[in-house]
Amino acid sequence: MILSDLVTLLEGEVLFPEADLDREVPCAFASDMISDILMCTKESTLLLTGLTNNQVIRLSDMIDLIAIVFVRGKKPLQDVIDMAQERGLPIITTKFTLYRCSGLLYNAGLRSCKI
Amino acid sequence: MSEYRYVAEGFEDAVQHFEELKPEAEVKLQFAIPEKDFNTAGKGSFELKNMLKRLGVDSVVLRRIAVASYEAEINVAAHSKGGIMYSTVYENLIHVCFEDQGPGIADIEQAMTPGFSTADDLVRELGFGAGLGLPNIKKNSDAMSLVSAAGSSTKLEFLIYFA
Repeated sequence: MILSDLVTLLEGEVLFPEADLDREVPCAFASDMISDILMCTKESTLLLTGLTNNQVIRLSDMIDLIAIVFVRGKKPLQDVIDMAQERGLPIITTKFTLYRCSGLLYNAGLRSCKI
Repeated sequence: MSEYRYVAEGFEDAVQHFEELKPEAEVKLQFAIPEKDFNTAGKGSFELKNMLKRLGVDSVVLRRIAVASYEAEINVAAHSKGGIMYSTVYENLIHVCFEDQGPGIADIEQAMTPGFSTADDLVRELGFGAGLGLPNIKKNSDAMSLVSAAGSSTKLEFLIYFA
């Protein structure tokens, strides 16, 4: 699955225009706790989360994130969007819940990241 | 004052050798970590990671260093009155030390228990406070030491070998 397929599937909105949506998404992880995310991601991973503060973008400085999907209609503030853009990290918002997003992506063949 | 000390299996001799030999540092870095400043928190770890990347450190090791350092940096910002992060690069390992200005950890064993947290609401709202910070540092380190007492400062150190 590439990111643009995922955007369609989740009826998502891409939060800055030049995001690279041709990226292949190998696997995903979903959590609202930063330590969980740090503990569980050992490979390039899509992150699904309800957290929208700047530390979520900072996570991508420490671990390898393909993109971030903000669930439940959450949208970060502009300075957080700017941080993602500076890093070339695609960010997407969707009105779907974390559970629904995970189900849709899993059914479409996206596996869980290795923990 | 109580202390928690951990050395990963297979690293006992290497760590003892390092502590006895006290080799000369190749590079030193220092960062201030202000209290409850979550705009700045994490920058020190990012800078450290970038420097080590330039030095050619393997990406898997780099991730372990970045995660351990970031968790520790967040701990200082979230739980202390502020502190300093000292990173020292040696030929084959990195030593990172975090010293804060208190208020200290009353029960270190409890603090090391996965899931135990004293994080306040502000910290939790940001997605921290899972009670996995210290366990995550331990998991990613080859050696770790935590010294603290209630009403005192806290000193956390870890060592990670490059290969």
